[in-house]
Amino acid sequence: MANIVIFCILAVVILGSAVLCVMTKRIMRAATFLLFVLFGVAGIYFLLDYTFLGVAQIAIYAGGIMMMFIFAIQLVSKDTLQGMIEHFKGSRVAFAFLLCLIGLVTVAVVLLKNHFIDQAASMADVEVPVKKVGSALMGSGKYQYVLPFEFISVFLLACIVGGIMIARKEDKK
Amino acid sequence: MIPVQCFFVLSALLFFIGVFGFVTRRNLIAMLISIELVLNSVDINFAVFNRILYPGQMEGFFFTLFSIGVSAAEAAVALAIIINVYRVYHSDQVNSIENMKF
Repeated sequence: MANIVIFCILAVVILGSAVLCVMTKRIMRAATFLLFVLFGVAGIYFLLDYTFLGVAQIAIYAGGIMMMFIFAIQLVSKDTLQGMIEHFKGSRVAFAFLLCLIGLVTVAVVLLKNHFIDQAASMADVEVPVKKVGSALMGSGKYQYVLPFEFISVFLLACIVGGIMIARKEDKK
Repeated sequence: MIPVQCFFVLSALLFFIGVFGFVTRRNLIAMLISIELVLNSVDINFAVFNRILYPGQMEGFFFTLFSIGVSAAEAAVALAIIINVYRVYHSDQVNSIENMKF
């Protein structure tokens, strides 16, 4: 019962912040509402007893990505702090609304009419032990993930180099 | 015990709020923020599928973990591109980039 109450609170926070994030005219506020959405999603992970995932979400998304967003917003434009110079065009909003409605109905029908939902197991009420997570992340056997782990480290390195290459100032010779 | 459908409805709604933002916004950073919403909804779906439908396995868990890492890298490169676009065109609107428009 307590789980359902917590889930409802989290869902209201996530959806409300997401709608405000999409509709607000000031970009700094959009970033702040995105932060609330990220915290809500981390709360969902905690509710599912994936504590490691929740901590990773807070550390990487709410800590790292949000900081980058705020720096980029401050760097890009002074006008955006006073308010975006953006007016929602009526026809585009109507088109987007229609598109989302059609997509939402399709997804809802596919998900709810499908029968794989019926095999929902009763969720074990124990946290996934970090030891199991660590050995699965670092092992090289079946159902263990050391190769993607190494790949993502190389990938992050490539992104660091690419980001510096793109954003650096051209030196005038 | 929360029914699975609730999670699916939540993540579908979050996904389409993100799509709505992506279509309506014309500011590059605001579009990137909408993409983050979409990525988060997909991550919720992975975790819920793993936890409720297939407990005892770890695939969805690790897919979510790697997806968080990949989206961090994607945001870093995208913000670098946006800063560079601003430096060249002095604008952060999508309409300003028309050189490669067909």
